[in-house]
Amino acid sequence: MNELIAKAKYLLSSKTVDVVIGYGKGSGKYARAEFIRKLDDADKMIYNETCIQNLATYVQKHEVKHLGKIAIVANNYTLRSLLVLASEFQFTEGQVLALYITPENKIVEMPDFKSIEDHLATVDTGLKPDEKEIVDRIEKMTVAERWDFWQKEFAKCFKCFACRSSCPLCYCTKCMTESNQPQWIPVAASDLGNMEWHIMRAMHLAGRCVNCGDCARACPMDIPLNLLTYNLIEGIEKDFGAKAGMKATDISTLSTFKPDDKENFIK
Amino acid sequence: MSEKNIYLPSLMKIVKVTEEAPFVKTFRLVFMDEEDEKNFSFKTGQFGEYSLMGAGEVTFCIASAPTRKGYIECTFRSAGRVTTALSKCEAGDTIGFRGPYGNIFPIDEWKGKNLLFIAGGIALPPMRSVIWNCLDLRENFKEITIVYGARTVADLVYKEELEEWENRPDVKLYTTVDPGGETPGWKGEVGFVPIVLDKIAPSAKDTIAIVCGPPVMIKFTFPVLEKLGFKDDDVYTTLENRMKCGFGKCGRCNVGKYFVCKDGPVFTRTQLKGLPEEY
Amino acid sequence: METEKRTLKKSSLEKLFNSLKGEGKKIIAPVKKGSIIDFCEVSTIQEMAEDYLLTVQSAKSAAFPKIEKLFDYVISQEGVSTKDRNLDSIPEMVLFGVRPCDAFGFDSLSAIFNWETKDTIYSKRLEKLSIISFSCNKADAYCFCTSVNGSPGSIAGSDILLTYAENDEFLAEIITEKGKIIAEKSDAFEASKDIDKSKLLADVPVLFDVKKVVKNATASFDSEIWVEQSLRCIGCGSCAFVCPTCACFDIQDESNGKQGSRLRLWDSCGFSLFTIHTSGHNPREVQSARWRQRIMHKFSYMPDRLDVIGCVGCGRCSRACPVDMNIKEHLIQIAKDKI
Repeated sequence: MNELIAKAKYLLSSKTVDVVIGYGKGSGKYARAEFIRKLDDADKMIYNETCIQNLATYVQKHEVKHLGKIAIVANNYTLRSLLVLASEFQFTEGQVLALYITPENKIVEMPDFKSIEDHLATVDTGLKPDEKEIVDRIEKMTVAERWDFWQKEFAKCFKCFACRSSCPLCYCTKCMTESNQPQWIPVAASDLGNMEWHIMRAMHLAGRCVNCGDCARACPMDIPLNLLTYNLIEGIEKDFGAKAGMKATDISTLSTFKPDDKENFIK
Repeated sequence: MSEKNIYLPSLMKIVKVTEEAPFVKTFRLVFMDEEDEKNFSFKTGQFGEYSLMGAGEVTFCIASAPTRKGYIECTFRSAGRVTTALSKCEAGDTIGFRGPYGNIFPIDEWKGKNLLFIAGGIALPPMRSVIWNCLDLRENFKEITIVYGARTVADLVYKEELEEWENRPDVKLYTTVDPGGETPGWKGEVGFVPIVLDKIAPSAKDTIAIVCGPPVMIKFTFPVLEKLGFKDDDVYTTLENRMKCGFGKCGRCNVGKYFVCKDGPVFTRTQLKGLPEEY
Repeated sequence: METEKRTLKKSSLEKLFNSLKGEGKKIIAPVKKGSIIDFCEVSTIQEMAEDYLLTVQSAKSAAFPKIEKLFDYVISQEGVSTKDRNLDSIPEMVLFGVRPCDAFGFDSLSAIFNWETKDTIYSKRLEKLSIISFSCNKADAYCFCTSVNGSPGSIAGSDILLTYAENDEFLAEIITEKGKIIAEKSDAFEASKDIDKSKLLADVPVLFDVKKVVKNATASFDSEIWVEQSLRCIGCGSCAFVCPTCACFDIQDESNGKQGSRLRLWDSCGFSLFTIHTSGHNPREVQSARWRQRIMHKFSYMPDRLDVIGCVGCGRCSRACPVDMNIKEHLIQIAKDKI
């Protein structure tokens, strides 16, 4: 994508940024992340339907942060992830320059939060029809059927934590599952322990997840973790009217208390 | 090779608990099974995996000397899950023990030499094993000097031993606390261990130096020893590292091509220089 | 024992399978599970996947499962007691339809688990395991077994190796005593025919000189290349857990009230907290140091200490990697003269 390559070269040579995080040709069906620092490397950059990975996960990575100011090729999910990270004070405005690519392959620079927010206000961020259909299917199951379904899926899990590592919003340097005083979640990848892990991870993402689906794509055993995320997103919207990652000043739905919250048990 | 389950610990009873310093305790342990007692022996420098069933396992050196039979001792500070659980144990309680693992201080090679022991804080326990071993074989060595420091007077461990060593005519003991850590009436040195060492300036001639302490202390002690003329081959240390299995299989203590649990934890400075800085 | 060459008709494969089943052995074979192919216990040969390249996971679970009980304990008024594993209760197992790279992987694992101290649990599982492999007549771009002393028709580690020839027949190589007993009991094998194995195997070109990888990696601890290669690595455990030769593990106690077990669990040097000290000091604080450890351990430290390469070139790590690290590309880069 020549415009993108040119843009990357310009941003680097003008020292606007120190690294452009984009996509390059992968060895499988998806593109891979590329970290462009030298002008020649920019020629590797591509943008097409294989470019799906949510690159926001790299904004938090130590070695990437230390490369300096970042430009990042961002789809709508990435943009929303960035706003959630911003609302949680994980980076300051101006540290990350988002490069959104329109369906017509035009590049839109979004250097500040307002530009991202204004763009997202025009985008349909609801569940897609095929996603809604899967949620309906699960919701039609009885509790026993659902238990059976998830037990079978979670039995495959061996706690590689690819789901956690690929998620931009799982950035805790010490994950709850790495806590051993007390051991909240069993270390062993037992059927029940796996279920605990996935449910707890989902709960820590409720109100923050933007439905990029990287967790499900990352899972080597193809566990449909995206079903959990669809469910969360539906639930949060239904019960709280909230959608994650639309504004940099959004507060996290489930971990913020306001005096005028409708629940009064805490009063 | 034996057919024993290498992960199964022997059961040991705590026969004595000593509070050494805030959050630091010593356990004296005896095997509950006579067969285990009979088959057990260790050499100074080795460590074990001590466990509390339900809490887990933790790595400590064996802090007593093989010259003292019938029991072993370990000293630890409450820091994580297992040590905190262990610190709640009392005399009469049962813990698990796997060991001995690791390599040894080659005290046979040190016969006829002067020995200089340098330790800091909670690192005295591994040193205490080799100090006791050498003192029990006192005639094998020439001059023995011990330099030991802790942050404050309260943090000095093995207070009884320190008194014993102080009173022995055949041992030169220097104790020090960090500036600000002294109490009124403190008669020892005041200053960081490397600085006190520099002041004492022991001779490097025919002397083996054994150093153990927190990484920052070791970092500043090595140059002092170099300045005093100690050869890298004559400077020994025992490494702290995250270890789990104790026999080189779990991968945790792999540093360069070495495993701290198998090729160490005792290393000379020469060997240490051959390790990448990943410990 | 010298390898015996026989023939097995495709139609007799079921006879072989049923003979093993009839002896009460647990048979683990590749099975289609939704969108993936993975190892699973099967009761009939029909449950086996057809037309597969490789399973997602390696076969190492047969001797080194993701959860292994080390012993049980009970805490009571009278004190603490432990109950050792009864290794005789470990069932006889057969890996049926694994690939040569899977079988080859057990050599590396055994080198670790029996290094100077014998891991009796692992060894007993391996003792009770029979491995019947199928040669590869296809490979994909992730495979590189031939670059690490393997091959799509290697007999290393297998008890019996079947290579599919034409005419619905397999060239059968009976490699070990265990394999010989299986062959005799099943009565499924026929006399050998003159079959040229080399024509039946997948073409897996050698992509790099592994000796160069060992030499260059060993000499490059401080190189910038580790940061370069690992920028996109996100530090999960996928590669380690699907790898046939990765053996790093954790030991944890799990209690239920006053009783419980000590367990050995899969772990990965790629996790950020793998080497962390209680003091908070972490010798491998950044992902590039952990990526370097992965390569060095497999291609420098293991060859040095254990005389084995810690890699069989199956490519599973690359297929499973969520960010497309593709170890083959990195190894090719390391094998170049200047890195």
